[in-house]
Amino acid sequence: MMVETPTTAKGSHADAVATASVVALAFSINGRHCAVETVATAMLLDVIRDQLGLTGTKKGCDLGACGACTVLADGRRVKSCLALAASYDGADITTIEGIGTPDRLHPLQAAFIRHDALQCGYCTPGQILSGIALLAEKPKDIAAIREGMSGNLCRCGAYPNIVAAIAEVAGL
Amino acid sequence: MIKMQKQGPNRARISGGVAEALHHDSAVKHVTGGALYVDDIATPPGTLEVYIAMSARAHARVIRLNVDAVRAAPGVICVLTAADIPGGNDISPTPTEDDPLLADGLVQYVGQALFAVVAVTVQQARAAAKLARVDYEELPAIITVNQALAARSYLEAPYVMQRGDVEAAIAAAPRRLSGRMEIGGQEHFYLEGQAALAVPGEDDDMGIYCSSQHPSEIQHTVAHVLGVARHAVTVEVRRMGGGFGGKESQGNLPAAVAALAARIARRPVKCVYDRDDDFLLTGKRHDFRVDYNVGFDDHGMILGLDVMHAVRCGMSFDLSQPIADRAMLHADNCYYLPAARITSYRLKTHTQSNTAFRGFGGPQGMVAMERIIDEVAATLALDPLEVRRRNFYAHRDRPDEARAVTPFHMRVEDCIIDDIVAELSETAEYQRRRADIRAWNSSSAIIKRGIALTPVRFGISFTKTFLNQAGALIHIYSDGSIHLNHGGTEMGQGLNTKIAQVVAEAFQVDYARVKITATTTGKVPNTSATAASSGADLNGMAARNAAETIKGRLASFVAEREGVSANDVQFWPGCVAVGGRVFTFDEVIKDAHMARVSLSATGFYATPKVQWDREAARGRPFYYFAYGAAVSEVAIDTLTGENRILRTDILHDVGRSLNPAIDKGQIEGGFVQGAGWLTMEELVWDEKGRLLTHAPSTYKIPACSDRPGILNLALYDRGVNSEDTIYRSKAVGEPPLMLGISVFAALADAVASVADYQLLPQLDVPATPERILMAVMRIQTG
Repeated sequence: MMVETPTTAKGSHADAVATASVVALAFSINGRHCAVETVATAMLLDVIRDQLGLTGTKKGCDLGACGACTVLADGRRVKSCLALAASYDGADITTIEGIGTPDRLHPLQAAFIRHDALQCGYCTPGQILSGIALLAEKPKDIAAIREGMSGNLCRCGAYPNIVAAIAEVAGL
Repeated sequence: MIKMQKQGPNRARISGGVAEALHHDSAVKHVTGGALYVDDIATPPGTLEVYIAMSARAHARVIRLNVDAVRAAPGVICVLTAADIPGGNDISPTPTEDDPLLADGLVQYVGQALFAVVAVTVQQARAAAKLARVDYEELPAIITVNQALAARSYLEAPYVMQRGDVEAAIAAAPRRLSGRMEIGGQEHFYLEGQAALAVPGEDDDMGIYCSSQHPSEIQHTVAHVLGVARHAVTVEVRRMGGGFGGKESQGNLPAAVAALAARIARRPVKCVYDRDDDFLLTGKRHDFRVDYNVGFDDHGMILGLDVMHAVRCGMSFDLSQPIADRAMLHADNCYYLPAARITSYRLKTHTQSNTAFRGFGGPQGMVAMERIIDEVAATLALDPLEVRRRNFYAHRDRPDEARAVTPFHMRVEDCIIDDIVAELSETAEYQRRRADIRAWNSSSAIIKRGIALTPVRFGISFTKTFLNQAGALIHIYSDGSIHLNHGGTEMGQGLNTKIAQVVAEAFQVDYARVKITATTTGKVPNTSATAASSGADLNGMAARNAAETIKGRLASFVAEREGVSANDVQFWPGCVAVGGRVFTFDEVIKDAHMARVSLSATGFYATPKVQWDREAARGRPFYYFAYGAAVSEVAIDTLTGENRILRTDILHDVGRSLNPAIDKGQIEGGFVQGAGWLTMEELVWDEKGRLLTHAPSTYKIPACSDRPGILNLALYDRGVNSEDTIYRSKAVGEPPLMLGISVFAALADAVASVADYQLLPQLDVPATPERILMAVMRIQTG
């Protein structure tokens, strides 16, 4: 009898990895051109973390439900754990490493620090990328920020401060 | 040398001392993606990955385990079974020896580690694991609390705490009521899953980088599994992406599997749990059934309480004994019980071994007590807040010997809950809003509102007295920079920031001069877990003691050189003053080094006063108590059970805060997590013991849109610890979680409005929309 693995969600994906064909992809990552070869079934998150070494993007649930892996693709929020890398061939990808540096913080990064909008920090890169995309959508009030950020979980519960940081940058 | 005026230093205050609202020390790294978690560490070439294959049965003998096809699969380096363990096949956090690393002939829950596959990539390992052939002989499985109670499936004999003649008190009471409450568990859902990287060294050495609240225990476990002395294993933890108790003992498995794999493969090995696997492998908050029988008078004064806790522990002890004990120690919450008995059944079931979770049993004990108070109030048609206040323990400043003793015979000497509740009910306008809500409800047919104010009193200290100790290590380098290490771990709670503030304050140097370094068993040995809210209390004191040792040496050196007494040496901001002369801190350090003065010291601390006779259930298990209260207002839709938290007001006591910004974050976060447990987080196992809710798609934790529309939070500004804690602060990690009980009580109040407050509906935890709807329908149909 076979082991009935209690989880089934990733079984077929894992099986596929072993036999998948290799594809050549080219992205712009944080403004730099970048060519990678990867298995056709590879997720954007794994390419970003494992092949490009950009570990600021986190794996939280691997199901597109927690938001820790959020990156921007052509300015729009994408949960990279569920995004097939091959679908983003030619895309302009922005990760947390492309947002700002300790010496030159993006206004939202500075606001996150000012408002103590983080605790363990694991969800923070995803929160910031999601927040930046939300700001571009011009939220009209606090309720729109709360709704617009509800796809990024923070288990430490820093939500009031996350909302305050985004609201400040939005001028609300 | 700088000549300065005699009257004082040239600036009043260092930057970043105690009580400053500094940001988290890693904040810049967190917002720029530069903070490294275990899975982010650049691994040495040749690092392998390991996947843990799990049992598919809740209770079964493993008749045959054939992994030949797994070994032959692409990328596989080796397969580990129980037979490959050179040392002991046990990873129990306590000396119970009932948690095998890898199952050896018997499996006791769906998800138990059965064997492990080491491969080039974890995808290969996972795919290969499916090729194993496992033959099970199924055995009867006990899954639920009620099944375990019926079968008398106990991990240990029931434990009782008692004070007074409970039967007589209840029998003589003018009024009595009894009830039952079911309380669900909670998955930790730390955003960073369990993770460990093992790097083999020369001889028997093994280095472990992991995400654990308890590096010393990881060290002990790995040494035991490998059959080597503890000195061969070094464990380092820089930070965790959340812990919440879930990384107190549950990190043992991934670390030990990675270490075993590294030993056998002779290469570094990483073990990182996938989210679903994390849900299936690891224990959760204990689910309880609480039965109660209470006697009281017409004013709502409780006269006698008999409570039964049935605690689902899972397949092994893990930390269940102290967790179930703490539930009993908080069965009174803030209330004096003239006669009380708490009986606790620790149930063995064929499910994940439940473990520590923020509050450590306290929340379950406390939510049941609050429920009892609400039922007493409903029976008497009194405002529940009035019943609460009447039953509080005697106030610190108004000692009443007759109303100060707990069911475990400890005198409560620091009770300030009356003050907190009085202030909060005033600022939150509890009375006015309660009246307004009742008026509003009478004219609202579908949407009903509810409000509740609930208090928290939480005991601070490990109830296993020996755990109340900590160590620290401070080096000052010859350039005056300070290297700080302590036994606590950083999981987002800001512990490192607080301890660095304590050290800066002690030396009177700027915070920026203090470098916080990763927790490692190689620097501070034999540490306790960063748990029980104790991190700052214990490690702050140990770090200050280390600093005082070095300051003593510096003072002696300077005094001798200047020809004065060491008592005449003072540490002023950034400098050292002696007689009329002032030297910069850097200057003193440089001179001390040249004069061969040791600039490195350890510090140690053991909490005074605590003692606990568990056998007799008597003593002083807690050094002190932390207090707080919350008022929540909610709205429910009586057609669907959907609900919202409209507003929450919190007043919480952290003594004299070491860092108000960090403390407020802990309070907000604790409240959100507590409210999540009580309202939306629901774990479901099927009759075969399979956890059906093993990912965020099926297990919902609070999102941004779930937090209260209005959240007013204040620190209790008259707070000061009665005991001599670090700068008179109070622990803050766990107590605020129980502020979430106000939401649960408010939901029950909203449901009660449906029958015009004539009765309090049965409502279990979590109060999901389904449960709320069912409660509404029950009262509508009478």
